[in-house]
Parts: sequence; C-alpha cells; structure tokens
Amino acid sequence: MTWDEMVPLLGEATWQTALMVAWSTLFTVLLGLPLGVALVVFDRGGLRPMPVLKSALGMVVNVGRSLPFIVLMIAIIPFTRLVVGTTIGTAAVVVPLTVGAVPFFARLVETALREVDRDVVQAAQAMGAGRTTIVRKVLLPEALPGIVAGVTVTVVALIGYTAMAGTIGGGGLGDLAVRYGYMRFETEIMIATVVVLVVIVQIMQSLGDLVARRLSHK
Amino acid sequence: MIQASGLRKSYGGTVALDGVDLHVRQGEIYGVVGQSGAGKSTLLRCVNLLERPDAGTVTVDGQELTALSGKELNLARRRIGMIHQHFALLSSRTVAGNVAFPLEVMGVPAAERRRRVGELLELVGLGGRGGDRPNQLSGGQKQRVGIARALAGNPSVLLSDEATSALDPATTQSILALLKRLNTELGLTILLITHEMDVIKSVCDSAAIMAGGRVEESGAIADLIRTPGSRLTREIFPLPEPAPAGSVTLTFTGDPRQPVVSEVVRKFDVDLSILGGSIEELTAGPVGRLRVALTGDEAAPALDYLRERGLLVETA
Repeated sequence: MTWDEMVPLLGEATWQTALMVAWSTLFTVLLGLPLGVALVVFDRGGLRPMPVLKSALGMVVNVGRSLPFIVLMIAIIPFTRLVVGTTIGTAAVVVPLTVGAVPFFARLVETALREVDRDVVQAAQAMGAGRTTIVRKVLLPEALPGIVAGVTVTVVALIGYTAMAGTIGGGGLGDLAVRYGYMRFETEIMIATVVVLVVIVQIMQSLGDLVARRLSHK
Repeated sequence: MIQASGLRKSYGGTVALDGVDLHVRQGEIYGVVGQSGAGKSTLLRCVNLLERPDAGTVTVDGQELTALSGKELNLARRRIGMIHQHFALLSSRTVAGNVAFPLEVMGVPAAERRRRVGELLELVGLGGRGGDRPNQLSGGQKQRVGIARALAGNPSVLLSDEATSALDPATTQSILALLKRLNTELGLTILLITHEMDVIKSVCDSAAIMAGGRVEESGAIADLIRTPGSRLTREIFPLPEPAPAGSVTLTFTGDPRQPVVSEVVRKFDVDLSILGGSIEELTAGPVGRLRVALTGDEAAPALDYLRERGLLVETA
C-alpha cells in the first residue's frame, strides 16, 4: 500500500478513535466522579458512613471491573440499544466504553480522595463546615492533581478499549490494524497504526502529567 | 468558659477518657499535659465534638454542645477556633485562601472576606504573604496561617492540638508568644494540649495532668505549686525522684533573692547542703525549688521557720 493510500485511512481511523475516547472520557468523568466520591463519603469512617450502601456500590464496581471489555461490550448490547437506539457504529461504542471505564475511574477517584490528609478534613469540620462544603471545597480541590492523573490513566485505558470497537463496527485505529494489518497482511498499515497509537498515548500521558504537576502544591 | 464534666470515651476495648472533668475560666490559658495515649487529644476533640463522648457534657461559652447536632453544632463550632500539630492547611489554596475558608463557610461576602483576611494576616505577622502557597512557608509561618484561620470567626475559645510539637524551640517560643499576645489583646481563652512541659511553664495560667484517661491533678498553676506532693511541680522542676530519705524539698514563690537559706543557717544550729534545685519563670511569677539535706539539733524548728516564711516544705 502506498503512502497516499494510507494517510486517509489513518486519518479517518484516528478521528474515530479520538471521537470515541473524547465522548467516553466525558461521560466517564461525569458518572465516575460522583461514584468515587460516594465510595469515600459512605465508607465506614467517612463523612456520612453508610456501610451497606458502600458495600453495594463497591460490589457493582467490582463486577464492572471483572469483565473483559470485549465481553462487556457484547453483553450490554440491549442496554446500548436502549441508550443510543443502535448497536453498531461509533456512537454505539461510547456506551460500553463508558460502562467499562466508570468503575475503573471511580476506583482511581476513590484512591485520590483517600490521599487527602485526614487532618485537613477534620480542620474543616472543626470550622463548622457541612458535608457538601467539605466535599466541594476540601476533598475535591485537594485531590484534584490525583484525579487528573486518574483521568489520564483512564484516557490511556480507553484508547486500549477502542481497539475492540471494530467488533461492533465502531472503527478506529484498532479496527484498522485488525482489518488491514492482520487480515490482509498489510504490514505497513500495522506499523503505522502502532506508531500513531504510541504517539497519541505519549502525548496524552505527558499532557496529563503536566497538568497534574501544575495543580499540585504539595 | 469551657466546662466539661464526666466525659467518657472508649474505642473498642480501649478507654481513652475515664470520667474527665475540666473547667477553663474565661480569658485564661489552660494547658493539658500528659504522655501520648493519656487521652488529652481525645479530650480536646471532645470539646468541639469532633469526637462525641460516650457520656458526659461539654458546655462552651454557655452553650451545651453535647445537646447539639447537625447544623446547630456546625454553627456553634464556628465560635471555637482550632489549630493543629501539622497545621492542616489546604495545599490547593493560597495563604489568603486558607484564611478565607472559614469565612466562606460562614457565608461572609467576598469584599468583607478580603478585608478580614488582610487584617488577620497582619495580626499574625504575615502581612503581604497572602498570595504565597503553604508549601512555600516555614513551619512557624504555616502555624501562623493556622492561627489566622482559627481566628477568622472571632472565636471566644481557641483549641490548640500540640500546635508547637512539630516546631523547633525558637519557633515554638515565637508561636507561644503570639498565643500569649492574642490571649491578652483579644481576651481569647485558650485550651491547649501538649507533651512539652516548657509550653506549660511559659504560657499557661492553669494546667491539668492527664494519665490513663484521667485527670490526675488540675487547677491554677500558682495553687498547684503550693500543694504538697504536686505532680505538676515535680514535672516542672526536674529533681531526682524519689527524693532521698532525710532530704527536704523547699518550694518558694515570690522574689527568688530572699536570703531565706542563709537566714536559717544563721538563726538555727543546723548544717545545710544543697542537693539540687532550680528557679523557673512561670506565668505566675518566679518559682524556685531546692532540695537540701538539713542536719543538726535544731532541724525541726528550722523547718517550722521556713514554713512560717511561706515556703512549701516537703520532707522525704
């Protein structure tokens, strides 16, 4: 395959991957952040201990995390149809991507929140701050560098998940590598895909590290 | 100002407070001293109900906190400042942002907040450092930010949780001097816990010694000094314990230059040798403690004479 043939293919696949990752990251953060907060707040010794609820949430998260992405993607097809009205294409991939990444990200948020100094939370309580204020003004801002690091790890994981999106017609770089590089023995495409993926992951990781460092004043 | 009675608290099988009473008067600096595990930290946390005691009541500034919960308790806590051993500053905020935090919690408008933060930083000697990050400050400066933050709500009471334990001796003295100044200038009542006897010596008007979840001794330091067998006195003046048999320990307050010892030797047929002693400058004034061996036929009348002169005489 010539360079001229390869570029549009790579361009389109990269764009599809970018779309899938961007949308699923957005939804993952929107859903995973509150879930991560809930895991910490409802924990024994948390701001509002509700151990039963916390155990239930923890179990749901663990179930989500124990399924390999490709299994999850197929298994939740009915749910995907319910949400976006279709089960194939890029939009249909965002649903399983989000469902797969939310538990993962929620655990990362949980870890970041647990890193917040207990003394600082107690100081806020001593000042008469309520639970909502403590979450909004103490826990989340103090854990922000850790949360940003968690978003970065999630983005990289999502890029990995999108490789399987071809299975349900989502396209993207992984799909390109499978269809051309594997099925049609187009080694050049395989190599080009690998290079593009490595570059994207490097950029994402460096960007995430930079932002996290800027935010941290430890 | 602070009245706690019958406080009990246990964690699992461990008893942290075993029936503690505490009375802190308006405008005084009250120190609770004890080794780690004595229960002093739990006691302090029970005063603003960061820990809820299993039994007993806490009243601060006429309000019974143990009867409150939720929103009412949060409102009451705003009248009680607290400073912490490791400062507990928000690393995500600037110095000014940290001091502004309690004001935000109280719902003070932004303009008023800025003005108040400026005043508070000026008060603790950090004027112009509002834009710095806590990690750019030294330990002593961080504690000053902690103090400014604790004073934001114009509290009537300040709780200090080992506030100087993480600081070097010179910085400790400057922070203690600041607390003393706030105590005098603002009439702030301060309850502090510490394991450092020096803190008790240099700023406290009253003290309590805790061990095993109980208060072993408490009261105004000036009174405790005059109490025979006082543990506090023994802790303040490090003489070899127990006192050797036949020795006499003299505790005297007031002008340390009174020549009582030479008077005794001149008036009575006794020999006196000094085994040890020191003079400490307490908030109650200078106090000396002298361990002597007194021999001779007139030893008994000599001791009576010393008692008449107002010295506390303890014989071993």
